[in-house]
Amino acid sequence: MNFNLAGLIKAAVLNGTPLLFGTSGEILTEKSGNLNLGVEGLMFMGGAFGLAGAFWYDRAAGAGASGLVAVLIALLCSFLAGCAGSLIFSFLTISLRANQNVTGLALTIFGTGIGQFVGEQMRLKVGGNISISNALKGSFANPVLPKALQDIPFLGQVLFSYNGFVYLGIAMAIVMSVFLNRTRKGLYLKAVGESPSTADAAGINVTRYKYLATVIGGGISAIGGMVYTMTIAGTVWNHTALSGEGWVAVALVIFCLWKPLNALWGSVLFGGLMIMYLRVPISFIPSQIYKVVPYIVTAIVLVIVSLRQRKEDQPPQSLGLPYFREER
Amino acid sequence: MTHAVELKNITKRFGSTVANDKVDLYVDSGVIMSLLGENGSGKTTLMNMLAGIYFPDEGQIFVGGKEVSIRSPRDAYENGIGMIHQHFKLIDVFTAAENVALGINEGKYDLKKVAAGVKEISDKYGFGIDPDKKIYEMSVSEKQTVEIIKVLYRGANILILDEPTAVLTPQETEKLFGILKAMKADGKAIILITHKLNEVMAVSDVVAVLRKGQHIKTVRTEETNPQALTEMMVGRAVSLNIDRMEPKDPKPRLTVAGLTCRDSEGVTKLENVGFIAYSGEILGIAGIAGSGQKELLEAIAGLRPISSGSIIYTPEGKIPEELVGKTPMEIKEAGVALAFVPEDRLGMGLVGGMGMTENMMLRTWNKGRGIFVNRKEPEKVAEQVYEFLEVVTPSIDYPVRKLSGGNVQKVLVGREIASSPSVLMSAYAVRGLDINTSYIIYNLMEGQKSKGVAVIFVGEDLDVLLQLADRILVLCDGKVSGIVDARTTTKEEVGLLMTQVGGGKDAN
Amino acid sequence: MNEKTPLIRLAKREDMSKKKIWMIRLLALAAAILIGMIIFAIAGANPINAYGTMIASSLGKKSGIRQVVKNAVPLLGVGLALAPCFRMRYWNIGAEGQITMGAMAASYFALYWYAKLPSAVLLLVMALAGMLFGAFWAAVPAIFKARWGTNETLFTLMMNYIAIGIVAWLQGGPWEGKPGSQIIPMFDSKAVLPKIFGVHCGWILVLLLVVFMFIYMNYTKHGYEIAVLGESENTARYAGMNVAKVTLRTAALSGAICGLVGFMTASGVNQTLYSDVAGGVGFTAITVCWLSQLNPFAMIVISLLLAILSRGSSGLQTALGIPASISDIITGIILLCMLGCEFFINYRIIWRHKESSGKEASV
Repeated sequence: MNFNLAGLIKAAVLNGTPLLFGTSGEILTEKSGNLNLGVEGLMFMGGAFGLAGAFWYDRAAGAGASGLVAVLIALLCSFLAGCAGSLIFSFLTISLRANQNVTGLALTIFGTGIGQFVGEQMRLKVGGNISISNALKGSFANPVLPKALQDIPFLGQVLFSYNGFVYLGIAMAIVMSVFLNRTRKGLYLKAVGESPSTADAAGINVTRYKYLATVIGGGISAIGGMVYTMTIAGTVWNHTALSGEGWVAVALVIFCLWKPLNALWGSVLFGGLMIMYLRVPISFIPSQIYKVVPYIVTAIVLVIVSLRQRKEDQPPQSLGLPYFREER
Repeated sequence: MTHAVELKNITKRFGSTVANDKVDLYVDSGVIMSLLGENGSGKTTLMNMLAGIYFPDEGQIFVGGKEVSIRSPRDAYENGIGMIHQHFKLIDVFTAAENVALGINEGKYDLKKVAAGVKEISDKYGFGIDPDKKIYEMSVSEKQTVEIIKVLYRGANILILDEPTAVLTPQETEKLFGILKAMKADGKAIILITHKLNEVMAVSDVVAVLRKGQHIKTVRTEETNPQALTEMMVGRAVSLNIDRMEPKDPKPRLTVAGLTCRDSEGVTKLENVGFIAYSGEILGIAGIAGSGQKELLEAIAGLRPISSGSIIYTPEGKIPEELVGKTPMEIKEAGVALAFVPEDRLGMGLVGGMGMTENMMLRTWNKGRGIFVNRKEPEKVAEQVYEFLEVVTPSIDYPVRKLSGGNVQKVLVGREIASSPSVLMSAYAVRGLDINTSYIIYNLMEGQKSKGVAVIFVGEDLDVLLQLADRILVLCDGKVSGIVDARTTTKEEVGLLMTQVGGGKDAN
Repeated sequence: MNEKTPLIRLAKREDMSKKKIWMIRLLALAAAILIGMIIFAIAGANPINAYGTMIASSLGKKSGIRQVVKNAVPLLGVGLALAPCFRMRYWNIGAEGQITMGAMAASYFALYWYAKLPSAVLLLVMALAGMLFGAFWAAVPAIFKARWGTNETLFTLMMNYIAIGIVAWLQGGPWEGKPGSQIIPMFDSKAVLPKIFGVHCGWILVLLLVVFMFIYMNYTKHGYEIAVLGESENTARYAGMNVAKVTLRTAALSGAICGLVGFMTASGVNQTLYSDVAGGVGFTAITVCWLSQLNPFAMIVISLLLAILSRGSSGLQTALGIPASISDIITGIILLCMLGCEFFINYRIIWRHKESSGKEASV
């Protein structure tokens, strides 16, 4: 068996990055007390619109296309698509007080539909598989740090050989953690998620915090879908490969105890599980079964988490419940 | 002289219900005012408009002589008004300091500075609160203190306390009153929402009485007396006496010995509890909130796993049987009924989305053979309860969630009585009810007693327990700290027993 | 003081007439169709034309109608399966996996026992095996839910992927037909459900299930237990119900019906087994269940509606070149609009100045 630890870690990090975005975004959302089960749909939308943005820019700009601009457009498109999706969720659950579980599922149906539709639409327009030019592909997937750093044995590959989204994701998780634990707005957001009536009584605008956290969180989750499509899937729309990412991301939130810093290693762990079947093949386990290992592990994690009782490890107390001030 | 706060012509409606009707009211600095009224008289609603929770439909509010518009809790703070709600507005997983920091937007975000400020206030009034302690580790009284600190930290000059003593022991209540007096000496205006007359007499300078949303009168405390206040509150003279009969032919009905219970986390909730409940007697159960009252009733009803001990049940003219190890259904069938009114009134015992009939079915659904439920019998019971207890509802199929609190409780207690139990356990049966409805419930209990039922009554109001019960069992921290004769004991004695073991810690 | 009141305030509504409630829901449906038109316009098709094409291709021809019924059968079946779970507030979104496992178990007998059994017995055995495996697959998360309160939403979902993985493995391994084909051989005709009016007889079965589920949910002790448990676990316990047992039993029943649907799909429609046998029905059925407010009879209408939508969209793809996934989008929009409209049924909006005098009795 040809076992390459550095290679495995690298692949785990790369595959974990979409999850990192998906999970971190959902952490922000859930911290506000909103349980958005539509992450799967949001990541589809992010993937499709991110790809579409880069694709149409590529076609419009032709040979003069700039990699950086393409990346920024993809980021922006996916983020905005996620924002739009979670805005629907927010409007229904926060303003119209619809059941969060069902609304999340509806968003998943809607979002996967939209993602599929946009992906298919592009394919029908162009004929055959859509993909962006190789020059642009590189700017999504190629390492961003100086060659010298990457050449350090082992560490170079494990730490410095990644595309920009990996570092962006890490920075985002750290910023989110600082925001939640060290800032006033972070404290307020947590208060809203724990007990909206308390936050309300303290003069905190519950509705605004819920909307902002859910919409921005949805946007961040959607970036994860884009990162998947543009790096792992090689800028080709592939809905079967993307399917399941969003749900694992939702489960990871529980695994990470609603802490963005835990998402850093949690996503790498699950990223690793997802590609184990390619990197560490075990002869007596058929690949189709090996592929479902992350889902089995997720199920086990859910069970273990439910055995945990510590007060600090519990979900935000109002998670999933609507808030209505004049309730008497 | 300008008043600290003044309300003019305040009206608030909820749909067609008028919660407050043209209320005029004022408080001065350095004065403690009691706002007295029954449940549902609009006290809390009125004060919520000062606190920015509700917005008045009509009327004006003046603070320090200046008209203000209080549209949010933040506006209230800015005008120096702080309210301590009955249900604490605290975040369990936050520390005291973090809770205080909520909603303060001025200056740099610095938790250490807030903690220092909390410490300072705590020291000034002798609160003894650790700013870094998490709320869920605190006792009820500590939590309340944090609420007061929150308000003081914001520099409030007008403090509103909504029934602050409901969750306190007599000793803690004394301490709270000491604090209130210290704040009064500091020049604060204090409004105390209450329906307990003895507190009004003990601590306040003036009393404002509300009835059915209207301001009836404001009087100086020294110029009035409890009887006069009651008449103002209720609208007519009422007798506050319960016709307590001597138990006739009491026989042991329920013999509990060495009962110990732990919760799912292994925390001991009941320890070596032992007592005998007699037929034809009301056994009152007193204790600070969370001392094991709920656990005790649940253990007897078979709803809670029992670590050790025995519960021997002796039905009239039958041989004694052991209840430990039986299922809730079997215990119910044997004639042990439980009417527990939780804080939200519905959580246990009733299904909010169902009508009276279907709620009656909760007792009978499993009866009879076959796979279908029998609707006829529960329908009859529902009709009976509806007529006998005068439940106000459009129909017996109308969701009970939409009924008013008193009617919900009538349905619950009525159903348990309709099953003609031989042991009736009731907890917080009058929670949130007005005086008249409360007395209907007390009389129902009295009626059961006269039929030879062993009644176990968990109550929050010591004054009522002393008048209603024959004996009072006092729980403290999951242990029995004493069983006293209700006819001869005093409130102080019971109060001491409530804190005797463990020193009044909240076990929640 | 009026100018200081907020522009919009909300109040809980007491009661609304049945007629008005359905009016609001119809309006929401109309709104969803309108939004769908906008999407068509964005996709570059004439909206009226697009809807016309959808209706023509689903209801215009006999074959279209048959296809619609064929699509509606599993939707209705799984919608019925989910109803008791949702009434219990148990979020079983693992129908997809339960269908797959049911289909797998049925296929085992279709593939390896067809020679030994007469057709009727074989079909019966297949149906029972499907139900058993579906029930088993649903019971696994339910056991953990009952014992430790494990989050069933995600657990049931993970079970989907695991089930699909198992069938994918069978497809490419032990049950593979021609080596390298990655396809399981077609069933023997003995293992195929007979047709009635051109559609496999599963449609009669699901119609019977509608009646069964209506009675089960409304008139039986089980149904009552489910309703109480859904409202409050504490109350259920207080009433002497065995919460763990009810949870497990209801989940298993749900899984069994899903498994039955899996059997019908494999035997009646595909006549073979492949990993995508559920094909998203498990999710769309959630919509069926919710839109019909858990009413089994309403589910007939809703499942037909969604089947028309999906059949229509594939017609749309052929005729106008619009991706068939448009049906998911429109389904999503309908569901979102319906969820939104409940608000107007449950709450009253009070505009400033226009203090309406609706009846309210909160004291």
